[in-house]
Amino acid sequence: MLNLYRKGAMLVVRLEGELDHHSVADIRVEIDEALEENLPEILIFDLANVSFMDSSGIGMIIGRYRQMQEQGGRVGFVGINQKIDKLMQVSGLLKIIPIIEGSEADESNKPSQTGNA
Amino acid sequence: MKVINQVKLEMLNDSKNEAFARVVAASFAAQADVTLEEISDIKTAVSEAVTNAIVHGYSNSVGYVGLDCKLMDAENPLLPVRVLEIEIRDNGRGISDIARARQPLFTTQPELERSGMGFTVMETFMDEVIVDSSPGQGTKVILRKEIGAAGKLPKKSVKSGVDAGSEAGGIDD
Repeated sequence: MLNLYRKGAMLVVRLEGELDHHSVADIRVEIDEALEENLPEILIFDLANVSFMDSSGIGMIIGRYRQMQEQGGRVGFVGINQKIDKLMQVSGLLKIIPIIEGSEADESNKPSQTGNA
Repeated sequence: MKVINQVKLEMLNDSKNEAFARVVAASFAAQADVTLEEISDIKTAVSEAVTNAIVHGYSNSVGYVGLDCKLMDAENPLLPVRVLEIEIRDNGRGISDIARARQPLFTTQPELERSGMGFTVMETFMDEVIVDSSPGQGTKVILRKEIGAAGKLPKKSVKSGVDAGSEAGGIDD
């Protein structure tokens, strides 16, 4: 359902499968625990393997964005795929959270990151 | 409009049934000539309506959510489209101000991180959204989408919630 790993000052959250009201309940708790433990400067949501998302997923991401803002941190996206693109456009989320490109995004898209997780 | 096929279903307001409801709606829609994008739109809209019934209609009480799927022939010789109509029904607390509930970013439960985008998503992803509700009388949401009209009718432009919010809510001075 989700995969968390630390990379320098970044915490990457790789989400998988369907993000709805039912599934975000557990995801929210796991991310919040990792945020508390790691206190990252940057939180990255990797959505490449998300097959479905509705506004409950948007609500969960906005909630984490607010937390990061309070701590002076930043949030970014990688892997916005075609299945969720329309929802992301409608939500307006891409206006407040940037899509990270370049080497950072490439790193977080690698299939497995062991070692410093 | 002539009804071609119909499915009626009642399910407990367990959040696991959100996924079940969208799979049912998508499977039902598949008998028409739907595109992948249309299937995705239908799943998202149904998910929003069923989640509303569970989260807002019933909150902490137990109840049933009704899901009726209907495929109809528009009987328009000039434009041979079919209309998918999906009704999502609950017997929960109902909505006192429907116009307000439909506004982007409005939510009664910000503490639960509800984005307030549910109705906006339904309206963007479907052709027509009808809401019938009053306090204590439950809520009925009817979602309609023309199937097979892709490329024949002008596409609706996608408007973001942030833009729509400032138009409707008068956030600017």
